Amino acid sequence: MTSPSSAESAPAAPKVEPASAGLLQTLGDRLRRGELGQLPVVLTLILIFIFFEITSGGIFFSPQNLSNLILQIATIGFLGLGAVLVLLIAEIDLSLAAVSSLCGAVLVVLSANGASALVALISAIVVGLVIGLINGMFISVLRVPSFIVTLAALIGYTGVLIHLLPNASIRLIDPFLTGIATNYLTFPWDVLLPIPLIAAYVVLQLWTRIRRQRAGLPQSPLWEVIARTGAVVLISVIALIVFESYRGIPYSALILLTALLIFWLIMRFTSFGRHVYAVGGNTEAARRAGIGVVGIRVTIFILASTLAAIGGILASSRAISASAQINPTLLLDAIAAAVIGGVSLFGGRGSVWAVVLGSLIIGSLENGLDLLNQGTDVKLMVEGVVLLIAVTADAIVRRRNAASGR
Amino acid sequence: MAEYASPNPSGGNASAAQGQMSQRGEPALRLTGISKAFGAVQALRNVDFEVYAGEVVGLVGDNGAGKSTLIKAISGVNIPDSGAIYVGGKHVSITKPSDANALGIETVYQDLALCDNLDVVANLYLGREDRTTIIPYLVRPMNEIAMEQRTREVLEQLDVKIPSIRVPVASLSGGQRQSIAVAKAILRNAQVVLLDEPTAALGVAQTRQVLQLIRRLRDSGLAVVVISHNLADVFEVVDRVIVLRLGQRVATFDVRNTTPEQVVSAITGAEFGEILSTGNSNGIGNGDSNGDSAQSSVSQENDQ
Repeated sequence: MTSPSSAESAPAAPKVEPASAGLLQTLGDRLRRGELGQLPVVLTLILIFIFFEITSGGIFFSPQNLSNLILQIATIGFLGLGAVLVLLIAEIDLSLAAVSSLCGAVLVVLSANGASALVALISAIVVGLVIGLINGMFISVLRVPSFIVTLAALIGYTGVLIHLLPNASIRLIDPFLTGIATNYLTFPWDVLLPIPLIAAYVVLQLWTRIRRQRAGLPQSPLWEVIARTGAVVLISVIALIVFESYRGIPYSALILLTALLIFWLIMRFTSFGRHVYAVGGNTEAARRAGIGVVGIRVTIFILASTLAAIGGILASSRAISASAQINPTLLLDAIAAAVIGGVSLFGGRGSVWAVVLGSLIIGSLENGLDLLNQGTDVKLMVEGVVLLIAVTADAIVRRRNAASGR
Repeated sequence: MAEYASPNPSGGNASAAQGQMSQRGEPALRLTGISKAFGAVQALRNVDFEVYAGEVVGLVGDNGAGKSTLIKAISGVNIPDSGAIYVGGKHVSITKPSDANALGIETVYQDLALCDNLDVVANLYLGREDRTTIIPYLVRPMNEIAMEQRTREVLEQLDVKIPSIRVPVASLSGGQRQSIAVAKAILRNAQVVLLDEPTAALGVAQTRQVLQLIRRLRDSGLAVVVISHNLADVFEVVDRVIVLRLGQRVATFDVRNTTPEQVVSAITGAEFGEILSTGNSNGIGNGDSNGDSAQSSVSQENDQ
């Protein structure tokens, strides 16, 4: 059960194309118009994989390293998902990393002071939720720019974090909480759990096709459906084999994928999701259509901070401790993951699966450069360049579409 | 000169129009004695307005004549200071846009209010998505297939041709976008459709497309109000022209026996020599511009 990949882009992405045009020509056109969704990103990811596999002398593709990679990106993935939601309504949340670290610290401090694992977990998540509510109120109700509100939140919560951990760091001992990031879903559950999901996806595709046929609606070309479904199944099976040949599916990967799946369903199939895209695309039109724009904005900021809290919990669990020092690249990584995955900074364009691709690219770069014994200096430089390329591509696609009246 | 509708603010309509009215009974939408002031500016003065089912009314006037204020009063954006609104003969109160929508009055604004990033179906159903219930209150996904089917029906009914209704509306032409904005109103079971400058930003072919669309709306029994600066378009599609000047209704014309020049003279307050009738009451005889400038505005309008 991995990313329902490339073609699964925003709901806005056209699924129906005139079948008359040749396949290659269609692909070329859509590439130029930025309509292929995440295919270019997927190709980039494959290139990065191949590069590191060769230069690391075959270590990169070892099941152990790939499992490790997934553990590394779990936190980025959660923060990135929050960043996607916020970017979709054309806002920004600079406090994601600070909130994440703070909530991780809340978890560890409570646990160290004798709270049960459940109480610690719920408290950490509630703290994230309340922070999101406060951010959202200032941004949506009082209309203070999100950049400033979340910048203030970033500074303020960094202070709270330092206050909470006067000794700079504290260990996490609770075996359940440390187990979240260090334990694996093992055989047979790691196989039995994803297979029905993959089957459900294939059935959903077929069922939609049959229902459209019955309703007399135009169909997307068969090759596209087969390619998309096939890609999802193939990637899922490969991921399963990789996980299986090491220890199983890491719990944190399972949690992240569940969250992605839920948010994909919400954003793609519910009216709430559609309203989020509408607010990001044209706020005034959304307002006139009777959509509660204020409510949507507040909800998105609550969701983003709550996801950041879950990311912080996973980070604390993996580090077996909480630190007063916030990972300086975490925020950048999260926003970069969203943007690299094709989420527009200008709102209304992108899919939650962007997070998988974006965080895989960032995670692979960090992981691969580690394998090559490169320091933080090189990692940061490479990451900066990759982010710049992604943002440039977004701006170019946007301008080209605007220029051709699209 | 007999067919010239008397441009009389209090008397209202030409005899021809009066005759039609009595045949048609109650207007779909009627406003009486609407006044609205913004501070010291009297935007509307005791204006009456009516549009019948199966009729297209052109609402024309110079900038600042009060067209927008009148439309906003109907669509619930502004509340008039005085006056009454009747829908289908019933006295109603419209204090917010949703009141107007609930009464079957839909306004298509000049900026169309479409979400460029969403496809045609999503735009048509924005804010009122059709949903199916899998688990009550909890899992209620959108019914995409029903929405798409209904979208196709409405577009077919309006004879709007769009290559694919699953492409983002950003990729459509101005005329197609205008058609979608109109279809949105139809989908909401509008009885009265107000169109604000529907052809303002369109090319020749697209303008034709939209005018055709307006005719089809009329033929399907809707009451349509078109606000436009473009008299050529107005004359091509409307049945009656209501002229506002300086916040007052100064004239009503039946387009079948009116020339654009007559409308222009009513808009500007100027009159042509042959129809100059100083005996005419307060409404129009006191125009401050002369016939020449009226003539030039006619040609301006036609140039567009």
